[in-house]
Amino acid sequence: MKSTDLRSVLKKNMMTVVLVVVYIFFIAMTNGRIFTPENFNNLIAQNAYVFILGVGMLMCMLTGGNIDLSCGSFVCVLGAVAGLLSVENQINKTLVLNTPLTLLIVFGIGIIYGVVLGGMIAFLKIPPWIATLAGYLAFRGLGTELLTKASATSAITNFPPALLAIFSGTIFKTDSGVANIPCILLGAVAAVGVVIMNIITRKNKIAKGYEADPKWLLISKSIIEATVIMLVMVMLAFDGGIPVALIWVAVIMVIYGFVCGKTTIGRHFMTVGGNAETARLSGINNKLVMFGAYLNMAVLTVIASLLVTSRFQAANSSSGTNFEMDAISACIVGGVSAYGGAGTVMGMVIGATLIGVINLGMSLMGIDQNWQKVVKGVVLLAAVVFDILSKKGNKKQ
Amino acid sequence: MAEVLLEMKSITKTFPGVKALDNVNLKVEKGEIHALVGENGAGKSTLMNVLSGIYPYGTYDGDIIYNGNVCQFHKIKDSESQGIVIIHQELALVPYMTIGENMFLGNERGKKYNIDWNLTYSEADKYLKMVGLSDSSKTLVKDIGTGKQQLVEIAKALAKHAKLLILDEPTSSLNETDSRALLDLMLEFKKNGMTMIIISHKLNEVAYVADKITIIRDGSTIETLDCKKDDISEDRIIKGMVAREMTDRFPKRKDVKIGETMMEVKNWTVYHPEFTERKVVDDVSINVKKGEVVGIYGLMGAGRTELAMSIFGRSYGIGITGELILNGVPVHLTSPKNAIAHKLAYVTEDRKGNGLVLSNSIKHNTSLANLDALSKNKVIDQDKEYEVAVEYVKKLRTKTPSVEQNVGNLSGGNQQKVLLAKWMFADPDVLILDEPTRGIDVGAKYEIYCIINDLAAAGKSVILISSELPEVLGMSDRIYIMNASKIVGEMPASEATQENIMACIVKSGRGE
Repeated sequence: MKSTDLRSVLKKNMMTVVLVVVYIFFIAMTNGRIFTPENFNNLIAQNAYVFILGVGMLMCMLTGGNIDLSCGSFVCVLGAVAGLLSVENQINKTLVLNTPLTLLIVFGIGIIYGVVLGGMIAFLKIPPWIATLAGYLAFRGLGTELLTKASATSAITNFPPALLAIFSGTIFKTDSGVANIPCILLGAVAAVGVVIMNIITRKNKIAKGYEADPKWLLISKSIIEATVIMLVMVMLAFDGGIPVALIWVAVIMVIYGFVCGKTTIGRHFMTVGGNAETARLSGINNKLVMFGAYLNMAVLTVIASLLVTSRFQAANSSSGTNFEMDAISACIVGGVSAYGGAGTVMGMVIGATLIGVINLGMSLMGIDQNWQKVVKGVVLLAAVVFDILSKKGNKKQ
Repeated sequence: MAEVLLEMKSITKTFPGVKALDNVNLKVEKGEIHALVGENGAGKSTLMNVLSGIYPYGTYDGDIIYNGNVCQFHKIKDSESQGIVIIHQELALVPYMTIGENMFLGNERGKKYNIDWNLTYSEADKYLKMVGLSDSSKTLVKDIGTGKQQLVEIAKALAKHAKLLILDEPTSSLNETDSRALLDLMLEFKKNGMTMIIISHKLNEVAYVADKITIIRDGSTIETLDCKKDDISEDRIIKGMVAREMTDRFPKRKDVKIGETMMEVKNWTVYHPEFTERKVVDDVSINVKKGEVVGIYGLMGAGRTELAMSIFGRSYGIGITGELILNGVPVHLTSPKNAIAHKLAYVTEDRKGNGLVLSNSIKHNTSLANLDALSKNKVIDQDKEYEVAVEYVKKLRTKTPSVEQNVGNLSGGNQQKVLLAKWMFADPDVLILDEPTRGIDVGAKYEIYCIINDLAAAGKSVILISSELPEVLGMSDRIYIMNASKIVGEMPASEATQENIMACIVKSGRGE
């Protein structure tokens, strides 16, 4: 089988196809309500944290199917600390810090936890799920305790606008229903950029005599990518402009996509997960890789926490509940191997988006919360079964 | 003539591409100790696996007649219920369980849903007494030495009411005293009417206990010697084990140029990482010169891999002492990364287990040990990486549709070529090749040999570790012989023969 015929291209991008099909299904079921500017915005705002935690979880899972159970609870603690430092409350009445100092301390806490956690897993060889289960329990308790002591309502609100502006809201804001020009322009630039990148990459490959995609694939790929970017940006343009959360997500996805796909760092993560002994005997420092995975996860958790806290403009004790499961689900549905060694940022993004669309679609349809959970569970299992069956199919060929 | 307990008739067992057993016949009489001898890979273990049902009935041709009945064993339990119990070379005890628990593992006393621990331990003690162990059956297995563990294995077999006991290399991990005690125990059992088959490389031990010796070579039974009638001197047995046609299986090297000493290892001693008192490499000194192929021959478990890995950036073992001199300069290598930087390469024995990442492409595997050469500021030049992979595929004639192919989809020989490519790309001065032709077909072997010769011709130093005697003889300029953690002999290839290498090992086994 050639790697460039239509069937194999579709097979390779199965999850994207599924995403499109599911999306069309929900457009039909919600009478088009999911396809409105407002719900495009919701989709991004609601799921920003999944992308951020998902990419951190991806790095952990690459190293051998390792997960971080503590990130959800850690989101709660970090939100609470940010609140305690930047808002006057019952614990901290006098020393209210400005936004830069608050961020410095919150990131500092993230780094310290990352170092401790990474150290325990990489050097003391504590199984990751146990080391992070401790954090899962302890941080939830700690976060709840801090918030209960800090406020009668167990929630800190009234965050300083400067902090909120960094992690939420929109830039170049316009009224909803009015076309936001900067947003559309940015979309156009991004779309053209992607198309040019595609063309240059293919030209280079042909010039050097490498195997390159056929022309039809280049054209259809470019059209689809450009259309999706334009669609999202135009939709957002009619709901006020570019959400700040989207910028965070886009920048982090691009950075990690590059690190995973093009650098020795990404290759080391993949190799450790693919075969740890081979990696060690090839001169890779496995311990450093494990350490890095969990340090990185903790730092990304800080960003996710600030995004979520800013979106709700509040830190409360239930914040971050089940976030770790959302991140793991996004990775699994996005084709990241549960055993490590395989997975891409793009795959995780598709997986997270798919779950986000299913959530939003079901909510719009008015499906009961409990049934939503059932559906999500089935989708997760189906993704894994599909993955394993398709691998088996490949072997037979 | 005593009664025949077991007869295996024209057993033939083929694996894909290999005929492991070819028309093997074996006859064991009741109450005798029957020894099976042969080189590694001759087919001894395969034969025993056929007998015990590990390879189920139907996957081989031929008949097993046991106690007068034709048997069809589908799994190990079937043969064990008939009293055929095999004790494998690798001790299969669970360290954190007691002796008693281990002994009745899968054979628990009491009811299925309610293990009778009192019965378990009292029976365990009874069997322990039979093998002459005075330890309590409640002792954890990790707390007793390997000699005693071997006895526990035997007691475990007795608990299964063994009538035919098969011992695969029972003394390979034992010291002299423990070995002798074990052999005496076997003679004791014989007096009580037990029938035993022993597989061993140690010919002096075989001569000590066996009544009959069957020699297997290249998957066929060569002859059965009766210890009472025939000459069973070691020379005689060795001749039976190794005599074979030496055809042109090894490419000749043209104008061999051997330069100065490239790497020297002095008084190298390594301890086992878990059983910390056991020496796995004992005071070994070897050297290799530029452009030279040095063979290290030894049986499995002789400490060859441990030696290689401990040299390669201390990637195995603890308490490593000794001197490592590269190009005349003493170095202290602390990690594989460090070793690679000092231009050392270790091509692992187990290409699937720790040599390659099977789920990755040829391209990614080829570049793995030297990614830094392909990257700037940690960003990989993927075009260059592709070119390198293509270059090596062409150079080594790896058969694959493209370098994007996953290594797991390649045949053994082609996987081995990718593994070699990976280390050749790391541009080492010294290559340690650990069993580079294991499990690959004759044609691919020849190609690997050519690559080895090319490497030597390019001035690299090659250490070839192998348990195949003809390979060591055919490829090396100089040969070290390793046995029981020590170097027991060194000879130039011109003086080496199969007989005198085997003699070296046998001599050292006797402690001479």
